[in-house]
Amino acid sequence: MGLIKETDFGTKLAAGAPVTLTIDGQSVTVPAGTSLMRAAALLGTQIPKLCATDSLDAFGSCRLCLVEIEGRPGTPASCTTPVAEGQVVHTQSERLAKLRKGVMELYISDHPLDCLTCAANGDCELQDMAGAVGLREVRYENGATHLNASKDDSNPYFQFDPAKCIVCSRCVRACAEVQGTFALTIAGAGFGSHVSPGMDEAFLSSECVSCGACVQACPTATLIEKSVIEQGQPEHSAVTTCAYCGVGCAFKAEMRGETLVRMVPYKDGQANHGHSCVKGRFAWGYATHKERITKPMIRAAITDPWREVSWAEAIGHTVAEFKRIQAKYGPESIGGITSSRCTNEETYLVQKLVRAGFGNNNVDTCARVCHSPTGYGLKLTLGTSAGTQDFDSVEQADVVLVIGANPTDGHPVFASRLKKRLREGAKLIVADPRRIDLVRSPHVEAAFHLPLRPGTNVALVNALAHVVVTETLYDEAFIRARCDWDEFSEWAEFVAQPRHSPEATETLTTVPAALVREAARLYATGGNGAIYYGLGVTEHSQGSTTVISIANLAMATGNVGRPGVGINPLRGQNNVQGSCDMGSFPHEFPGYRHVADDSTRAIFESAWGVALSNDPGLRIPNMLDAAIEGSFKGLYIQGEDIAQSDPDTHHITAGLSAMECVVVQDLFLNETASFAHVFLPGSTFLEKDGTFTNAERRIQRVRKVMTPRNGYQDWEITQMLANEMGYAMSYAHPSEIMDEIARTTPSFAGVSYALLEDKGSVQWPCNQAAPEGTPTMHVGGFVRGKGKFVITDYVATDEKTGPRFPLLLTTGRILSQYNVGAQTRRTENTVWHEEDLLEIHPVDAEDRGIRNGDWITLKSRAGETSLRAKITDRVSPGVVYTTFHHPLTQANVITTDYSDWATNCPEYKVTAVQVSHSNGPSEWQRRQREHGALSRRIETA
Amino acid sequence: MSPEQRSPEQASPETAPPEKLIRMANQISTFFQHHPEAEAEIASHINAFWEKRMRRQILAHLAAGGAGLNERVRTALRQVKPG
Repeated sequence: MGLIKETDFGTKLAAGAPVTLTIDGQSVTVPAGTSLMRAAALLGTQIPKLCATDSLDAFGSCRLCLVEIEGRPGTPASCTTPVAEGQVVHTQSERLAKLRKGVMELYISDHPLDCLTCAANGDCELQDMAGAVGLREVRYENGATHLNASKDDSNPYFQFDPAKCIVCSRCVRACAEVQGTFALTIAGAGFGSHVSPGMDEAFLSSECVSCGACVQACPTATLIEKSVIEQGQPEHSAVTTCAYCGVGCAFKAEMRGETLVRMVPYKDGQANHGHSCVKGRFAWGYATHKERITKPMIRAAITDPWREVSWAEAIGHTVAEFKRIQAKYGPESIGGITSSRCTNEETYLVQKLVRAGFGNNNVDTCARVCHSPTGYGLKLTLGTSAGTQDFDSVEQADVVLVIGANPTDGHPVFASRLKKRLREGAKLIVADPRRIDLVRSPHVEAAFHLPLRPGTNVALVNALAHVVVTETLYDEAFIRARCDWDEFSEWAEFVAQPRHSPEATETLTTVPAALVREAARLYATGGNGAIYYGLGVTEHSQGSTTVISIANLAMATGNVGRPGVGINPLRGQNNVQGSCDMGSFPHEFPGYRHVADDSTRAIFESAWGVALSNDPGLRIPNMLDAAIEGSFKGLYIQGEDIAQSDPDTHHITAGLSAMECVVVQDLFLNETASFAHVFLPGSTFLEKDGTFTNAERRIQRVRKVMTPRNGYQDWEITQMLANEMGYAMSYAHPSEIMDEIARTTPSFAGVSYALLEDKGSVQWPCNQAAPEGTPTMHVGGFVRGKGKFVITDYVATDEKTGPRFPLLLTTGRILSQYNVGAQTRRTENTVWHEEDLLEIHPVDAEDRGIRNGDWITLKSRAGETSLRAKITDRVSPGVVYTTFHHPLTQANVITTDYSDWATNCPEYKVTAVQVSHSNGPSEWQRRQREHGALSRRIETA
Repeated sequence: MSPEQRSPEQASPETAPPEKLIRMANQISTFFQHHPEAEAEIASHINAFWEKRMRRQILAHLAAGGAGLNERVRTALRQVKPG
């Protein structure tokens, strides 16, 4: 196994009519618009180049890629010269050789000759080009140089050494074209030209978001990973899938032995096309963090210290406890939680263990607290519980409606693609209580920002629909062909009622009616309309209703069933789509088939060799209620931290405390582990084989590049538990689990590791009807048959502001941290976000005498915590905002147990609160910290 | 006595307050209020998504008078399976 090296064709792929030309005596046919450089590369001829790379637009500055064209004077740059029919091109001649050598000589005259000790030695395009042009001497010895320029080590992950810079602008162009941040520029002129982060600032203090695109684009050692400087060049690599957000970026894990040197975004990754963000690219140090637990541990009571035991003892103890509990309290007294951070195969096994081994359907997953309304709403209206498009679809969108999502922070690689499309002219509508970055950032400005009051999504979407219907902007032909016309008519009559007009709903949403009208007209008439949404839609008491209303709006305007349109839930965790697909919900088998469906149950009873329950099991909040009630006593939690991530912390911890055997399988002693009796150390995504499914239903391989530090991959641990329970499992490799999934689940019928090896990835449904998968769903017809319009009345949440709690708290996440922070807090990403802050509008701050950075108490009817204030007009008056990345803050002690009517997805986004001065951490926080310290003690032998 | 000090035999006798289930059932009812067969839809939703302990609990609450439950829910619960 060697290093995977993608071919760099120098310039981008073109899509014109075929053109035939001759290069160095060989005939080649390429699309019109292709550069001579790319045409030559397709013949296997590498024309020397430095400023060109095929992820960027051609620039033509380095003058190394010159060629001769018969009948044309001069030596044009091959990167900026398009092919023409009948051209005869020469890439090598005495004149070209001399020119290139002269250019290289000038470059090298201002470049340190320290190749042997340079970190890029062996991976330096400048070095390669010096060799390619046959440079043997540099005659310019005493001129001015930049060799004494100072290094910038401010970024925790990469170094900037301007002494090695050749000012090719690749980094600047990558930041602009690929990432869309425009943090870099070439400052100065002539000899003084230099790469400048911001206004000649350090990288860390500039606008740089540390995505790594500049590092990847740099042809020298000017921008280079510190891990490469420290460890040397990698010697082999494997393609795997990021374990952070739902974009599912493909990376090359570049290794030395079993040591990860760096993660480099894979150009052929079909979700990310070679781009990355700060988390996937750099924040993998948690995998070897000193706090990682690698030995199983047990204890009798959660106040006891942990005792390290063998795997056999831990598994034996767990199963003995579960059997004891079931014998005493009944078969339905235990259950399991699957992880959206684990693989498809691992989640499949956990739900199989629960259904076949525990003998009940008490299995749930963290999608309960994020996108369960998506599953419900899209299945009801369209027929399947998933987004309709692939990410490439955004390249054909004309109008993009982003509602309740913050892609630049939550799904940054998709955000870069979106911003690129917006720079090309697509229009943007943002519906969000906060002025998120997309509303206005370099070269991107939303046509409309609809800053709605938290909790009024349904009123807003109904108002948009009201305009579509009353102004006859709907697509009648589409509706008549694809949907039930009678249901549409009934719905249209409903939304046309004056109470749904923008003017009437303005009192609820606080969004000016004129803005809503203009936004609706733009979405309905602006060409391909695409909706992207996130947890700002789902995490409400009307989360499912909003998803349904979004589907209504998309169907009414004919924006489903082709590229460029659609309904796109931006999934939070890397495998939240997959964990839902794999039957993690208590009412559904894999493939979203209800447990009461006899034919489906027969398939699994036959495959698994046991009788299965036809009754839905407990959802996570119901498990905790039942625990407090006294009928639910044992829980196997794989890779979730419900004590930090789930709402109403007091209720969660009371439920956990009421159980007799809580088993946590994780990398670290997380907050939930403080209430656990068994700790089974888990493995990282670098230590396992399997697959993840991203937000676009794309199934991608996860490949093991190092031995699990804990001794086992997570699926092996579940298998050991099953066998000890007396339910036999004997998988030798996750590919066998996928084969079983394919045998039992129609939408996965064609999926196999062999297919994934061949295609790189595949989007479900993948079966006989779609052997290579389904990038766009509902083409030609909805999965359920006719698209279903459903009436969605706005119902105000029970969570009301009042004199005691006059402000509305909404929660979210930021770019550098991920979910509960268990991974990212154990990386250098903490330099960007050391603590959760409360964003508060200047007016609300002034009313309370709060200054920027002050410690404040945040209090709701559920609880209180303390954190520091950040005064900003990104939030509207009356609205405050915070993140939930840090356990010390524990923002979820504030959130309540109110939830979505259909799915019990918590209402994280609306909590009535009061903010007041504080002297520091609250009494509860101090107790929580003490409890954590006590419960994390490990007994030494 | 804190929960963590409680022995298995001393499991809380407390039953979950019905308020949460009452609110959930009424929420479901509100969503289906425009449906021509609202009661059947409400019952179908509860049968499909609520575990039998929850169904039994809400049915027991109805049998005890059903305070707080709206009329549609009361009617719908006649079609809910106790498990």
